[in-house]
Amino acid sequence: MLTLALLFIPAFFGLMMFLSSDLSKKLAWVGSLINAAVAIGAAVAVSYGKTEMLEFDGGNIAPLGAHFALSINATSILMVLLNACLLPFIVHVASKHEMRNESAFLSLILFMSSAMMGAFLANDSFLFYICYEAALVPIYFIILQWSTAENKSKIVLKFFVYTLFASLFMLFSLLYVRQFADSFLISDMIAAGSKLSQHEQVWVFAGFFIAFAVKIPIFPFHTWQPNTYKAAPTAGTMLLAAVMLKMATYGLLRITMPMVPAGAENADWAMWLCVISIIYASFVALNQTSFKLLIAYSSIAHVGMIALGILANGNTAYEGALIEMVSHGAIAVGLFFIADMIESRVGHDHFNKLGGLREKHPAFAFLFFVIVMASVALPLTSGFVGEFLLLQSVGSHNIVMALLAGLTVVFGAVYMLRAFQSTMLGKHNAELAFADMTASEKWVLTVLVIITIAIGVYPGMLLDVVHKGLQLTGI
Amino acid sequence: MEKLITLVPLFPLVGFLYQVFFGKNTSKQLTTIIGSGAIFASFVVSLIVFNSQLHSHHAVTVKVFEWIHAGSLHIDFAFLVDSLSSTYLLFITGVGFLIHIYSSGYMSHDEGFNRFFAYLNLFVFFMLILVLGDSLVTLFVGWEGVGVCSFMLIGFWYKEHANNEAAKKAFIMNRVGDLGLIVAMILIFSNTGTLNYVELFNHGKIASLSPSMLTTIAIFLFIGAMGKSAQFPLHTWLPDAMAGPTPVSALIHAATMVTAGIYLVARNGDLFEMSHTASNLVMYVGLITALMGATIALTQNDIKKVLAYSTVSQLGFMFVALGMGAHSIAVFHVITHAFFKALLFLGSGSVIHGMGGEQDIRRMGGLKKYMPTTQKTFLIGTLAIAGIFPFAGFFSKDQILAHAMEHNMPVFILLVIASACTAFYMFRMYYLTFHGEFRGTHAQEHHLHESPASMTIPLWVLAVLSIVGGFIGFPHAMGHAIHFPHALDHFLEGPVLVAVGDMSVTVEIILALATMGIAAVMIYVAHNIYIAKATPVLEDNEITSPIHKLLNKKYGFDELYEAMFKKPANAIGHAFATVVEWKIIDGIVNAAGTAAEGVGALARRLHGGHIAGYLLTFIVGLIILLGLIFKA
Repeated sequence: MLTLALLFIPAFFGLMMFLSSDLSKKLAWVGSLINAAVAIGAAVAVSYGKTEMLEFDGGNIAPLGAHFALSINATSILMVLLNACLLPFIVHVASKHEMRNESAFLSLILFMSSAMMGAFLANDSFLFYICYEAALVPIYFIILQWSTAENKSKIVLKFFVYTLFASLFMLFSLLYVRQFADSFLISDMIAAGSKLSQHEQVWVFAGFFIAFAVKIPIFPFHTWQPNTYKAAPTAGTMLLAAVMLKMATYGLLRITMPMVPAGAENADWAMWLCVISIIYASFVALNQTSFKLLIAYSSIAHVGMIALGILANGNTAYEGALIEMVSHGAIAVGLFFIADMIESRVGHDHFNKLGGLREKHPAFAFLFFVIVMASVALPLTSGFVGEFLLLQSVGSHNIVMALLAGLTVVFGAVYMLRAFQSTMLGKHNAELAFADMTASEKWVLTVLVIITIAIGVYPGMLLDVVHKGLQLTGI
Repeated sequence: MEKLITLVPLFPLVGFLYQVFFGKNTSKQLTTIIGSGAIFASFVVSLIVFNSQLHSHHAVTVKVFEWIHAGSLHIDFAFLVDSLSSTYLLFITGVGFLIHIYSSGYMSHDEGFNRFFAYLNLFVFFMLILVLGDSLVTLFVGWEGVGVCSFMLIGFWYKEHANNEAAKKAFIMNRVGDLGLIVAMILIFSNTGTLNYVELFNHGKIASLSPSMLTTIAIFLFIGAMGKSAQFPLHTWLPDAMAGPTPVSALIHAATMVTAGIYLVARNGDLFEMSHTASNLVMYVGLITALMGATIALTQNDIKKVLAYSTVSQLGFMFVALGMGAHSIAVFHVITHAFFKALLFLGSGSVIHGMGGEQDIRRMGGLKKYMPTTQKTFLIGTLAIAGIFPFAGFFSKDQILAHAMEHNMPVFILLVIASACTAFYMFRMYYLTFHGEFRGTHAQEHHLHESPASMTIPLWVLAVLSIVGGFIGFPHAMGHAIHFPHALDHFLEGPVLVAVGDMSVTVEIILALATMGIAAVMIYVAHNIYIAKATPVLEDNEITSPIHKLLNKKYGFDELYEAMFKKPANAIGHAFATVVEWKIIDGIVNAAGTAAEGVGALARRLHGGHIAGYLLTFIVGLIILLGLIFKA
């Protein structure tokens, strides 16, 4: 029952807003907090071995052979936590600024969260596909209606069509495997897929990979991403960067890798694409002066690492990928939150036009710095644990790939420190009117900093849940 | 007693956290007490632990908590207490404490006083984690942590652009080395299944490594060491790091952090011992660095830059020792160097303090009269680094030279040249600073004063250590003759490779006299040039000799790296960001989109262009399609 609750709480509160739009802020807060609490409850349930509450099967949808089946297991629990626990932050950002038609905006955010939750909870590959696609609709409207970018309709249409089109390849792969499976249930699909010939598996894998490569995104399928991240209102960008792309890495981990193991084993071409993506995005990031675009490109480098680690399929990759997905979510929200703070105060996010903020805003500088350090994977922050485990797996597979992907260690330091330095350090600029952090902003950043440090110091708090889940349900 | 070890890093961490939460409303006095007190407490516990190690000589692992357990990777946050780590503890906390006390005087007028102490405490915390960690990953926590602290402290005066650039450069160049260390860790774990020192070395897990893999791992580890310990070609960040306040230069960029690379190699000594190629690489890189640093230092006129290049050069000496397999002697030189280089840096800080911020030795002279304590202690440091008996540097450097003589004659000769340069540039600086006529402005002369007791007391303590510190490592043959043991070698033996040569007493004595003779000649030459003849030092734009120019320009590494790495990287980034990204890739994507649109134009009337309707049709159509497929 918990799974059903997790799936429908955000959507339910989103619907309520249509009934009473004056209460929309409160409803959004209550809905997102309840959802986060339920997700934490589910994690506790997993760690105590109470999994009977975490399965739901609405039965066969004839004649499709698809099940409305949900489950929380070792792989999904951290994604559920990520999605549910970041939602209050995103709601906070969404309700921070005055905007027209706020209730519609907030309800779309909640709908999107529900759709993504569906993808993480789905125990059926067709349900996964539906939710994966459905999440596009709310974000499409969020960008179209609330973006301030001039060419927003062009940007958002490209994003929408590109990702939708790429998903067709996943559909082909699913349908192909379905011919040999009893149902769309992921377990049935895995049983059927792993029996396919290597040749077939390679093609099925390729279909999945192309769909995911656009969503993650991986070079050269990424050109929709920077402009979309930049154009979207910050809450939307956070949804995209922190959670939405994880549907793709999660799908790779939960469905593709076990379903077509022989295909995944012969995926060096995809791994090299990830390596190229990481390095390419790092180089492009060097050239950015817009903070949001910088985060966008650094995000391509980071998620490229996640995909690369998953594909390496080493014995530390699974946990590494899960931890890094959570970590990247928290850090992306933190960085975009800071970008939003800057943009809403000075009207742009070009850090080379800023400087000297540190003198008057030491607390902001401190929190910003910790998040930057987490982003460059400093030990004792969440960024390190994930990246180290992933690189370890990549290196066991091919040390040259690890060395090349590891260049982010250097590149990340170059562009993130430059952004920090240009914004915060140097002489105080009296002409730059910059209001100090509000209490709520301080709290948001502090909580995010605590989360990244807590995971970095004691990753066991997440990994133990995963291990327990593995004992109980398997992957 | 070893259980107490957790307290050692805990005290500085608490000191740091206190400043984070309450620093705003804490007086400078209280900050001094808490900040220095934390390090002193660590020092006391370190003494207890050290004493226990001295008696038991038995390595102990103390587990703090489970850190990363994922897949087959099990890494505890645990400390390894043995003679090597407890030796490091002692001088990190000991010298660290003195520098904290000194800072309370040096930084007393700085508005960032509390922040400074917070960073220093955090630095000591990470440095202790670095040497205490029982695995390479725990070491890496400290390794990266000290890097960040170094970044924050080099750029401590963050209003100056140059300081921030220096800080960033240090962090980035260190990260190049860190990547080497990461790759080494990956290779070790992939091939042995562990990163724990005891498992690797005591339980013989490294035996499973092939010779070529051993060499590869050792080389990547060494790349990490090169970054942190400023070895050629990753050395250029260290001189720039002098932008930080002088106590930082003394603590981080002379006594402790920069010697982490030596610690890394010594800690993984068996790996290097088993790879002749890697050891040779270590030796030659060390040799190049020793010579390069010493020759550049000949022509520098910034008091801190001279000391910085001197540090680069001395670190090179230590790596030569490591490369020759004389690991305990490298550690010995780390210790004596910590004493006398910290002393020299703090002395230079005292000079800069007295000169009101001036760092150019061409504008100094005759400071002896105004700053007698600084002058006396600085002279002791200078004699120590020049290798004059019985000062500390004599013992450690002479043993490196002795080993080189037995090991490899050309290396020995080049090291002798480097140490001759050392004696010359140190006394050049000493004479230009403290003797002769004052060459600064009247305002500066009027301002000159001896530093307060909080600064001179640490100078005296370090001066005493620079005099007697060498006796912990009395040369083997001579010591054998007079029954004076090489205490350090005896203590370190086991965790650290000890190489005892078979040099006779006579050769040892002749070598010692010869090297001191050369140093004495260099001191005489320096005196002759700068005091007797009072030759003025050229301004930078007056330099005509090409060699002098090359040295003054530090062999042009900064310009070379700018042209080789920074500019190309930015150019590639620019090309990617403008041409590849938008003209090529996105161009293709858009072209594909346009083509599809052309095809779609035929079907356009079927749906009104509303994307939600489009999606709905899509999903409904899909379900119908699937239904048809699977009903069959």
